[in-house]
Amino acid sequence: MDLVLSKESIDNIISALDEDVLRAGADCVLLVDRSGNLIVNRGDPANLDVVALAALSAANFGATAEIAKLIGEDDFALLFHKGKNENIHFTKVGKGFILITLFGKDVSLGLIRLNTARVTDTLIPILGGEL
Amino acid sequence: MSFIDLSKNEVQCKIVFYGPGRGGKTTNLLYLHQAMTDSVRGKMVTIDTKGDRTLFFDFLPLALGQIQGLSIKIQLYTVPGQVMYNATRKLVLKGVDGIVFVADSLKVQKEKNVESLENLRQNLAEDNVDINEIPLVLQYNKRDLGGSNIPILSVEEMQEDMNKELQVPWFSGSALKGDGVFETLREISKVTVKYVSRKLLSR
Ligand SMILES: Nc1nc2c(ncn2[C@@H]2O[C@H](COP(=O)(O)OP(=O)(O)OP(=O)(O)O)[C@@H](O)[C@H]2O)c(=O)[nH]1
Ligand SMILES: [Mg+2]
Repeated sequence: MDLVLSKESIDNIISALDEDVLRAGADCVLLVDRSGNLIVNRGDPANLDVVALAALSAANFGATAEIAKLIGEDDFALLFHKGKNENIHFTKVGKGFILITLFGKDVSLGLIRLNTARVTDTLIPILGGEL
Repeated sequence: MSFIDLSKNEVQCKIVFYGPGRGGKTTNLLYLHQAMTDSVRGKMVTIDTKGDRTLFFDFLPLALGQIQGLSIKIQLYTVPGQVMYNATRKLVLKGVDGIVFVADSLKVQKEKNVESLENLRQNLAEDNVDINEIPLVLQYNKRDLGGSNIPILSVEEMQEDMNKELQVPWFSGSALKGDGVFETLREISKVTVKYVSRKLLSR
């Protein structure tokens, strides 16, 4: 369950997030684990409390997984909250991680979905496979 | 679960304050938050609170400086102690690295303490964690009520009820006044960081 990442792995995660998620127009992207640890954050989180965001997102994902169980699903693969100016998108990465993407109203949800799905495939092996 | 980032030489671990309802878990975090400087503490998050009962959790991140070249980041969480919120407790407990069990010294809470500790044992076991293995510290809270007209348990009785088999470090305290709060944090941080780094770096 525990995780140690080398500098090389962190660098690989950073370049995957920059290329696939930030280039798609996201303002900021965070990789967190499901117990609430912040693994990597990229983008421009001015005034954003990323540590609190990581903890709350992990809890939110956990609570939603309980809702999923109540309706006979295992889990939800993604969650999306729409705001007036800023949107937030959560994608499950393997069993143990969550990718959190913040993006503005001019960026298409479809593109974010596509690119976070792609980056997920890159991240899973770096994070140790079926975590 | 803990996380070591070798690019920053940083370790992150999760410590959960557990214990019966109204025992003083949230008060421990509030005390730490107001007693620590900005360079150590992050923003405290308290969600879903109805009156002063915790419904989901409280969260306080701390940066505790360096141990053997590793910077130590600790995330403190509290669970809701009320019996009916067990699903929430399990959720917050996910990936825990160390536990502070806050027991209530009030005589009327004697059974509640024991039930809550048993509930902890069970919830950990469901996640394949052995309560005898994970870092655990007991805090006998509300000792400031000794000498008042409210009946309280003796420390010996609390030891007998909760720590006879576990044999873990314990502290008397008053979260309200701040007595024993830092001592509790220091001990649990020390054993948790030791436990986590041994487990992670020996692989
Ligand atoms: N006298 C005294 N009162 C305390 C102490 N610690 C907490 N209290 C009081 O006990 C009550 C409950 O404290 P909380 O910290 O909210 O308890 P909790 O464990 O977080 O409770 P739940 O969120 O319901 O699980 C509050 O009114 C506190 O002021 C203490 O050391 N001494
Ligand atoms: Mg509370």
